[in-house]
Amino acid sequence: MSATTQDHAHDHHDHKPGFFVRWLCSTNHKDIGTLYLTFAIIGGVVGGILSEIMRAQLNVPGNTIVTSGQEWNTIVTSHGLLMIFFSVMPATFGGFGNWFVPLMIGAPDMAFPRLNNISFWLLPPAFLLIITGLFLGESGTGWTLYPPLANITYEPGIGMDCTLFALHLAGISSLLGAINFITTIFNMRAPGMTLHKMPLFVWGELITAFLLLLAIPVLAGAITMLICDRNFGTAFFDPAGGGDPVLFQHLFWFFGHPEVYIMIVPGFGIVSHVISTFSRKPIFGYLGMAYAMVAIGVIGFVVWAHHMFVSGIDVDTRAYFMAATMVIAVPTGIKIFSWIATMWGGSIELKTPMLFAIGFIFLFTVGGVTGIVLANAGIDQIVHNTYYVVAHFHYVLSLAAVFTIFAGFYYWIGKMSGHQYPEFWGKVHFWLTFIGANLTFFPQHFLGLSGMPRRYPDYPDAFTGWNFVSSLGAYLGGIALLVFFYVLYRTFTSKEHVADNYWGEGATTLEWTVSSPPPFHTYAELPRIR
Amino acid sequence: MSDAHGTTTVENSGLRQPYHLVDPSPWPIIGSIGGLLTVLGIIFAAHFGSYIVLVVGAIVVLSTMFFWWRDVVRESRTPGLHTPVVRLGLRYGMLFFITSEVMFFVGFFWAFFNFALFPDVQGNGETVWPPSTIHTFDPFHVPVLNTMILLLSGTTITWAHHALLERDKKTLVLALGLTVLLGLSFTLCQAIEYSDAPFKFVGGGIYPSTFFLATGFHGFHVIVGTCFLIVCWFRARADHFTPERHFGFEAAAWYWHFVDVVWLFLFTCIYWWGASAVTAPH
Repeated sequence: MSATTQDHAHDHHDHKPGFFVRWLCSTNHKDIGTLYLTFAIIGGVVGGILSEIMRAQLNVPGNTIVTSGQEWNTIVTSHGLLMIFFSVMPATFGGFGNWFVPLMIGAPDMAFPRLNNISFWLLPPAFLLIITGLFLGESGTGWTLYPPLANITYEPGIGMDCTLFALHLAGISSLLGAINFITTIFNMRAPGMTLHKMPLFVWGELITAFLLLLAIPVLAGAITMLICDRNFGTAFFDPAGGGDPVLFQHLFWFFGHPEVYIMIVPGFGIVSHVISTFSRKPIFGYLGMAYAMVAIGVIGFVVWAHHMFVSGIDVDTRAYFMAATMVIAVPTGIKIFSWIATMWGGSIELKTPMLFAIGFIFLFTVGGVTGIVLANAGIDQIVHNTYYVVAHFHYVLSLAAVFTIFAGFYYWIGKMSGHQYPEFWGKVHFWLTFIGANLTFFPQHFLGLSGMPRRYPDYPDAFTGWNFVSSLGAYLGGIALLVFFYVLYRTFTSKEHVADNYWGEGATTLEWTVSSPPPFHTYAELPRIR
Repeated sequence: MSDAHGTTTVENSGLRQPYHLVDPSPWPIIGSIGGLLTVLGIIFAAHFGSYIVLVVGAIVVLSTMFFWWRDVVRESRTPGLHTPVVRLGLRYGMLFFITSEVMFFVGFFWAFFNFALFPDVQGNGETVWPPSTIHTFDPFHVPVLNTMILLLSGTTITWAHHALLERDKKTLVLALGLTVLLGLSFTLCQAIEYSDAPFKFVGGGIYPSTFFLATGFHGFHVIVGTCFLIVCWFRARADHFTPERHFGFEAAAWYWHFVDVVWLFLFTCIYWWGASAVTAPH
């Protein structure tokens, strides 16, 4: 091939398509990643507005912002589903995954670029269906969708069906994404990059993809049965026809427990890179870190019934699920200690991503420790469905998982956009978020231990004090979100351009070898790993 | 749009890498709109008895599948796009898709065994499985015939594969055609069985619920697999397959074997082990 033709062809392949084709018909992993991240922000804002409504209602007893229990429960449902399926997962799995898995393994794109696009485009219709359920006020089951509350008798409207079908669409999206990521990671690593040389973020995405692959179809089966019970006269979960509501809980949590790892495991990878970069040291115990994630993923499939300790399951079953659940503390401990060991003796630089990563370690440890408390079937009898549980899972999800997303955002935004964020405002954002989030959720431990139940729009006067503190924290978190938007504005209007590797020698993965922002198509020639 | 497809080959792209960079495509976003219309259509059909949205949604989804896979077939026949490493990727993709399908059926088997192994959980006081009011199908009537049909189709598709490897197009078309006919006859037998069912899906209680959803989703997969085989039959006639390159055929064969294995579990567990002492008269 002559040099002239090659140059001409080079122009051709770096040529971006027009606006509509580029964003609606995309087959480019970076553009689809950008779509996912934008969508995650929208999902997070809508879910966040619902949080603020809830905390405003619970600010003082007897508030009437939310007029009925049904309305309240619908808000709870939408808040949970939006944050999980339309904010955290699109950010960690779809957004950062799409942007950085191909870049980190030295692949020019994902294995199935068209499939990648439908994985994204199934989410907006699912989002519309969730919002329909919210505005109709007919999906008041919580994100767990338990029958009999989800049966046609108690949720007769189409809003509940919209919510269930939204999960079908979001599930297909995740499933196709999972197939795409596994194939990309198995088949498209650059020459010389063995599995044991793969960056930890890619390990995290690979494990997450396997969790989705095996868990999502079981959820699909469960909600199919629920839809049939509601609309087509079956009796899976209806005792009158011989059905068993506890079956739904088993099927749901067989999906639901891996789901919590789906939300956090990509974050483990992000945090590992951030800690390593800003300590200027390779990650401590790389292989141990990778296989700890594998262990968490595997054990995550055999602990589901710890969500059902008060559902009337046998005492021996409870003993097993309690013991199995506690085993997860071992690989989790390996990770926490390895992150600390990575920082130990490093030349630590407290830039915003590092602050979010260290914040994550603290919050995830708190959430993990309360998780061990809840894993005890005996203790769970008392605190089940109280605010103690709410505090626990918000520490690991709304705090820890979201902190990994922000760590990734500040770490990579220069790479993705070509512009660096303003460091001062990034730190303001961190401290407001950190204080706001802890102020919101730490008092909920006390509320839960003194017996305040979840999913009620009101409470006795005795709980007023800590609820007030919690609401103040939520308002502070809301202000932090506004600061984040100011950071976004400053970043995208910045005139300064950043270098290929703006973090220096601590950042060693392949994405730092390409320009910031990277060209439309990267790795026209595959990199080689020694 | 479609004429733009498959024009970026390794040779003319200037890329020195072996992967297939797919050109932008309208089918994903159209397909997702079709998905939205389909689920809304099911909701409207169930709540208001109106089928218009469902029909439109189904047409959009089916058209998307047609055009999307037409593009894939065209790309596979454009030299330089489906390189060996891309073909390996397609195999991984199909393998993991089938894995997810297995987990989908795990959900329905879980429901079945929840009741069959622990009949006490039935909320209406029943303590046996199948429930005492149910007369099940005789497993050694139509069900065993369907087992034989699917097992035979497993042999005919292997026969077709061997013919393909030996460049024997006539036998390939014949054996693949027989496989399609066996698939259609399975669906016919299942339709007859369903119409003779001694229990009813709507309001029939837990036994028909587990039975019809597990066997019904399997039957749906048989129809999907049959369509896949029909596409392969036309492609075989048009000389799309060579002994070295025929992943479209292999994917169809993998899928068909998966459908076959699911049936063996359905037959053994639900029809045979789960049969009532006195079965329904035929």
